[in-house]
Amino acid sequence: MNLFARFFYKYRRFAKALRLYLIIAGPGIIVMVADNDAGGITTYSVTGAQFGYGLIWFLVLLGPVAYFVQEMTVRLGAVTKRGHAEAIFDAFGSFWGWFSLLDLTVLNWLTLVTEFIGMTAALSIFGVPAYLTVTIVAIVMAIIVLQGRYWTWEKIAILFCGLNLVYIPAAFLVRPSVSDIISKGAIPNFPLGFNGELVFILMAIIGTTIAPWMIFFQQSAVVDKGMREKDISLGKFDTLLGAIFTVLVAVFVIIVTATVFYPMPPDHLIGSAAEAAKSLMGYDKYVGTLLAIGLFDAGFLGAICISLASSWAFGEVFGWAHSLNNKIREAPWFYISYFMIVVTAGLVVLIPNAPLVLITLFVQVIAVTLLPAALVFLILLLNNEELMGKYKNNTLQNVISYSIVIAIIALSTTYAISVLFPGLLK
Amino acid sequence: MLENLREWLDMRVFEFIRSRTSVIKEINRKYAKPRINMTRGVKIALLFLRLYLIFLVLVLGYAFVLKATGRA
Repeated sequence: MNLFARFFYKYRRFAKALRLYLIIAGPGIIVMVADNDAGGITTYSVTGAQFGYGLIWFLVLLGPVAYFVQEMTVRLGAVTKRGHAEAIFDAFGSFWGWFSLLDLTVLNWLTLVTEFIGMTAALSIFGVPAYLTVTIVAIVMAIIVLQGRYWTWEKIAILFCGLNLVYIPAAFLVRPSVSDIISKGAIPNFPLGFNGELVFILMAIIGTTIAPWMIFFQQSAVVDKGMREKDISLGKFDTLLGAIFTVLVAVFVIIVTATVFYPMPPDHLIGSAAEAAKSLMGYDKYVGTLLAIGLFDAGFLGAICISLASSWAFGEVFGWAHSLNNKIREAPWFYISYFMIVVTAGLVVLIPNAPLVLITLFVQVIAVTLLPAALVFLILLLNNEELMGKYKNNTLQNVISYSIVIAIIALSTTYAISVLFPGLLK
Repeated sequence: MLENLREWLDMRVFEFIRSRTSVIKEINRKYAKPRINMTRGVKIALLFLRLYLIFLVLVLGYAFVLKATGRA
């Protein structure tokens, strides 16, 4: 074979693989990018402003962790053809099933509230009142799901994923010092000492990177998309790409707020992404605008995914038709539950004087505290040979998965100790 | 009047509640036999983990109240 023929053959193989990937792509990228939701952007903004570049290493470490957890849902969904809620009911019975569904319902609703908090805060920078933001967002979310095809919904979601990249030009606009980022951010360290505040922010970062809704969402999306066992490797690649993307965006958010605000004077603390965006308007209006657009986009993407994760789970358990390919007449309860979740979460944001930023950070921490319960069931499912066949977890995957569970429980316990006995961690 | 109200309650509200509880009973019946049989030890460990996590969430709720009221 001459050189040209060999090159042409390789090109054809690559083009075919790319075409296949583009068909399979979606659930992994969307779940990972939606993971950088309004709560996530708020957490990263506060992290950068309060701890500088010091915790970038921790975020980079969480990339592989998020990948390991999420790739299990790809295998589980593709092999069992069942969403996560249904898989838990089927495998462990209704007692554990109801617990999981209750966790998911409460956590998703709380997280959705934080998405609305982020969106209203972002648009308030441009003078849009909160009630108008909530109304418009609810209408647009309705239009997106009611168009009647999973494929269209997915492509719209990927478009919003692309908008998440606005933090990269924003980071270049604030001109950070690369040597500072590497020297302070790449080496594991605990800036300002190991105390309750640091444990709280570490937990919030974990809570934004891996959350129970992501497990339910990706597995249901894999099933709704109709992925099969032969698609697992591309589904895993999709998840890997998403994990890289999500960590990259998160690091750039930290770089923006760390470069501009760190170290913060005690009389001017940045407590949220919206506050950061507002302050940045005075520093550079383009950076402030990009941050506000990014915050809105993150909240919107999170909202469309999280509300779906709940509706899919209800549909699976209650036996309703629950596909985005169904029209509203064919799956009325699926869509009613979707709208109920969206509207009630949106209304919370309109309560006057509610501590919205505190709510946002605490929701991330509650999410990570309840994560081990979801992870343990996921690991048990992935270890069942009858269910998973050759796709069951190997020893390395089990060691990594259980280490993640143990690390999260240890961190949650440390935070609980710091709350109950404030003098111990100073 | 009272009779009408009782009839309305029975037809609309109680019937709705009855239908919902029957749905839950149906789900419990459907998933009565779990596919994965867990040993007693695993079940106890899972229950302990669940209760412990609920305790941690309650501590978080306490921390939230402390912060929201400015006492922390």
